[in-house]
This record gives sequence, structure tokens and C-alpha cells, in this order.
Amino acid sequence: MDLFEYQARDLFEAHGVPVLAGAIATTPEQARDAAQRIGASSGGVTVVKAQVKTGGRGKAGGVKVAKTLDEAEEAARNILGMDIKGHTVGTVMVAAGARIAEEYYFSVLLDRANRSYLAMCSKEGGMEIEQLAVERPEALAKVEVDPNVGIDAAKAKEIVDEAGFDAETGAAIVPVLQQLWTVYRDEDATLVEVNPLVRTEDGSIIALDGKVTLDANADFRHPEHAALEDKASADPLEAKAKELGLNYVKLDGNVGIIGNGAGLVMSTLDVVAYAGQELSGAAPSVLASPANFLDIGGGASADVMANGLSVILGDEQVKAVFVNVFGGITACDEVAKGIVGALESLGGSAKKPLVVRLDGNNVDEGRRILADLNHPLVTIEETMDGAARKAAELAAEN
Amino acid sequence: MSIFLNKDSKVIVQGMTGSEGMKHTTLMLAAGTDIVGGVNPRKAGSTVEFATPDGARQVKVYGTVKEAMDETGANVSVVFVPPAFTKSAVIEAVDAQIPLAIVITEGVAVRDTAEFFTYAQAAGTTRIIGPNCPGIISPGQSNAGIIPATIAGPGRIGLVSKSGTLTYQMMYELKEIGFSSAIGIGGDPIIGTTHIDCLAAFQDDPGTDAIVMIGEIGGDAEERAAEYIKEHVTKPVIGYVAGFTAPEGKTMGHAGAIVSGSSGTAAAKKEALEAAGVKVGKTPSEAAALMRQVMQGLIT
Repeated sequence: MDLFEYQARDLFEAHGVPVLAGAIATTPEQARDAAQRIGASSGGVTVVKAQVKTGGRGKAGGVKVAKTLDEAEEAARNILGMDIKGHTVGTVMVAAGARIAEEYYFSVLLDRANRSYLAMCSKEGGMEIEQLAVERPEALAKVEVDPNVGIDAAKAKEIVDEAGFDAETGAAIVPVLQQLWTVYRDEDATLVEVNPLVRTEDGSIIALDGKVTLDANADFRHPEHAALEDKASADPLEAKAKELGLNYVKLDGNVGIIGNGAGLVMSTLDVVAYAGQELSGAAPSVLASPANFLDIGGGASADVMANGLSVILGDEQVKAVFVNVFGGITACDEVAKGIVGALESLGGSAKKPLVVRLDGNNVDEGRRILADLNHPLVTIEETMDGAARKAAELAAEN
Repeated sequence: MSIFLNKDSKVIVQGMTGSEGMKHTTLMLAAGTDIVGGVNPRKAGSTVEFATPDGARQVKVYGTVKEAMDETGANVSVVFVPPAFTKSAVIEAVDAQIPLAIVITEGVAVRDTAEFFTYAQAAGTTRIIGPNCPGIISPGQSNAGIIPATIAGPGRIGLVSKSGTLTYQMMYELKEIGFSSAIGIGGDPIIGTTHIDCLAAFQDDPGTDAIVMIGEIGGDAEERAAEYIKEHVTKPVIGYVAGFTAPEGKTMGHAGAIVSGSSGTAAAKKEALEAAGVKVGKTPSEAAALMRQVMQGLIT
């Protein structure tokens, strides 16, 4: 889960990382009140910042300096509701202004290739780090961090030395890197990025803008992280699926997809996309393409199948559904019973055609159960490719 | 022949007495796996009875991995311990210096995996497969994990995959040819055994003639595997990559399956594999058809 800047700021503050005062607002009036409280510490100067989970908001006009309360209110009025790269701004953060002398960059993240952690640091902050890495790779220090040791004082010193900081500035940054490490470790983050990390004119080091990604698999250690979820902008179907404990991602097409196993479902999406492209003779297809990713996992009980179907049939864009199951541990006859049970429990609300491909364990019995059901909406196909073509055709026709 | 697991492997199950552990221990025994013990400190000294096709089988429960190894000569552990306790289970296995630990558990926090993997690397005595993986089967010899032993029999294809169900699908498509070993390495961002480790082992295995490599979106493991193939693998490799239609920034089921910006895309992986001389199937069936041609000597 990616956090908003203000949520990252709050986590930083909780772990002792130096940050500026900040408060969020969802209306211009709230922004004015926030500016009044926060500006007191910074000579009346505040910065109004769009809270969106994407980069480049400064260029898009989503960050404005305000010298007065009127300016803060006006800035919030302009920024709220703004569209930044497809993200609508619903919240702004009003932060204290600061007199910045220099801007730096720091991040610690999961390094998949080395199966370890990586710290990156540069004296040249503020710009997009991807751009810096390409244009001036020598200006970006990369230092491996041992997951079982972390960023202690020695490692932090190694990082600032590698980045080429002078002794005085380096010494001021070292404790901040250690505090940022505790955010990374203790919150189970997979990314903590500060851009820019600034030195103010009076010599303080401050994390001015932060980006944090949290590991959902560690939620069992962090019940408090549930409150950080952005429920307001979640897709309603994704929210419903999540409530039902289903692994679902909404896409834009018209072929609903249910399968077992993440790899097989990803593959099913691809095969449906190819079938759609063949139908329309163009890519992307205008006639048929996948509407979603839905992995029902290993044991496809009637309940899980019914829940999955109800989410997919709730998507108005869906014109046909493709159920693609390989019976590994799960027996295909159980899956077939699941589909029968799902159709029974959905009754008249199931109106869209269903193409089913079963293979693997007890496949003959599974296909027999579906054949005996003889449901007008259900088509049985023997291969994954053939089923994808059938589902694409049905979606294009309806 | 096979990689990592053979008929002489003596297997223990950490978390055997849990529901998943019980179910899959039964299946592993039925597949002929030599299961010599379970580990659960709270049930140490007890015995669990499993029904197998050859009649009832008693499996003893030990308090620690060390004890189980000392008593039985076990050299493989299969871990079904729930996510919150997986790290300590793996560290216990590493401390006991078991040569192979296969972590089936899904949903392990990546920090825990990073810590136990680094710990195992430093110890240098334990290979870890997984987490969030189906394990490994060397058909006709041994099965350690949850791959159904009934899909395909022994043969001369080696298979390595990030995904469980695509492993099953590919084994099914090629069941008439059979496998030396099929290994699911898992879909998490950090995994103990990589595509490259498996490619190297299959290259060295006299029982393997050709290799199927299944990848998916996220990270750059497939790109690095492609580089490795170019330099070190002389046996034919057929590839398949899932996730061409995955949107940017969304996790597709597996914790590691995510396209970030322009990195980790299926297209880049396919391109890298093809540049290394790997024939890549557009669908699992097409990849299987390519492998059939390889095994018939029609293509190399």
C-alpha cells in the first residue's frame, strides 16, 4: 500500500524524523484554518500541497506557496478537485514554509535482485530520481543494507560519505537516516523515500516530502495500518471483493475472468486479450478484452465461487464470464459443484453467459456434472485457448 | 535423475500437525515421499497416523528440527508454519543446518523473508525454496510440497516457474513426456531459490534434456535469467511469461507480481528471453507445443 505524503509525514514524526508542521484540509475554509495554526511557526508562510499518489504534482500546479491566509485559501480552492495524472485531488496538506538552503535525496527500499535492501542517497535532490539516475548516475550513491543489521551509525556514515557530503552536513544527516531506517523496519515498509531531504538556512535537516510503501503481508503486526487505507477512492467492486476476501483487480474490458492461482489467472487475461485481438483484427481489441483479475485460490468452494461470480456480475461492463480452473489439489468435480451451487444461489440474477474450462484432477466427473446441469448460460470448453475464444465471441455479441 | 530432491531424500514437515500440513503430508506420503518426521514443540513425542495406499503409516513428531535430523537423518524440511511464525521456523531449520528448506507458506512479510534469507546466506548450509511456492517434485522419486503427484510422471524435462497453477498446467500439457524435476520457486518479491539457480542445476543434471521456464510480471529475475542462459545454458530452454495485460501499479495476486512504472513488464521479459535464444510461447499451450517439438528433435 502506497501512503499519501501526509500519512508518511505522520509516520516520520512518530519515529522522530524531523518534519515540518502540517495539517490536512478537504475544503478551502479548512485550509485557511490550518494555515492560521501552522503559519504561526513559519512567519505566516505556508505551502499548500495536493495529496495524490503520483509524482509530478509540482509541475501540474499542485503545490503553491502562500504568504497570507487568503492566499492559502485561494491555493486550496484551486488545487482541490484538480486532476493530476488521472488522480483527483480530494485533500491538501498545509505545511509550514521553510527557508531551504539545499535539497538532497534519500531512500531505502527492497532490492529484489540482490534479495536485500538498498539505500540510495544524493546531494542533488528535488528532481525525479529516475531522471537523476539516468542523467547523472555518479551523483546517486547506492549502498546495500543488510536486513539483519540495518542502518546503524556506521552504515549511515558510509551512505553520506558515498554520496559525497562534507563532514559537517554528513554528521547532521546521519541521525536522520537512522530514524528513517526505524520507519522502514518497524512499519514493515518496502520503500521509504525522502525527496527532498533539505538543509535549512539555519542548518537543520528536515524530511520535506516523503513517500512510503507498506507491505500488506505484514498487516498482522500492524492493525493500525488498516486506518491508512484510502477507502474513498477505492473502486467499489474492488472494495466489495476485498470485503469478501477475494483477490480482485478491476480492468476495463467486457470478459469477466475467474480462475485459480495468480499465474494461471494472469495467463487467462492474456489469452482472452489475444482472442479479442483476433476477433477485431486489431490491438487493443474493441470487441473483447479482460474485465478483471480474480483469483479464487486453491479450494474453490461453492461459496467462494458464488462470491466471485457476484462481484463479476456486478460489473456492468461484463458481457460474458470465463471460468478457468486447473484442478491441482482441488478436484474438478468440487469446482463443478461450486459452479452449480453458485448458479443456484444467484438464481435469476445470473444472466450473463458463462464459459467454463476445467482440466486436471477428476476432470471427467467435473465436466459430467456441468453437462448434467444443462444450464442455458453455461458452455463447457475443453481447452484454455478455445474457451478464451468462445468467451470473447460471446462478449462481443452481447 | 533430478535436481535438489531425489528418491533418497528424507523429508520432515514443520507444521505437519496443522490442517494444511496434515492434508499435504498425506498426499506426499501417497506420492512415495520418504517422510521421516514432523516438527511441533507442543506435540513432541507423539505419533500421527496417515492413511496411504500401502496402508496406515506412523509418523513421529519431534520437538525441534535438530532433534528430527539427529534421529532420522532428515535432509529436507517442508514448512507449512503460518506466516507470523514462518521466520522463526526457517531460522530453526537453518540453525540445524538442514540442507534444503522448502517454504510453502503464503503471505509471509517481506521483512521476515529478507531476514531469514540473509541469515541462511550467512550460514551457508541451507538452500531455501520459496516462500509462497508449491515446492518441488521429482516424479517417481519424491514430492516435497503441494504439487499434485498425479499430473505427470518421470521424464526428461526440467520445469521452473514462479507460479503454482501454471506449473500444474504446463506439467499437464506435457504429461506424455514427463519431468526430471518440476519446481515452483514462488511469487514473492524475495525468494530463496531463483530461476538462475534452477537453470544451473538443470544444466548440470544428466537426467534433464530440456528446460521450461515460466515467468511473470514484476522484478527483473527473467531478464537476469536470460543473461544467464546466454552465457551458461546449452540445453534448449522454452519460455512462457504471464501478465501482458496487467495494469501498471497493481499487484496481481502474487505479492511480487507488479509492474512499477516501465519496469517488470511481461513484454520486456519476453524480449530479453528471445534475445537470449529462448523460444517463448504466447500461451501455455503454445509453449508446451514448442517443448514437444524440442523433445522430438524438430527444433533446438
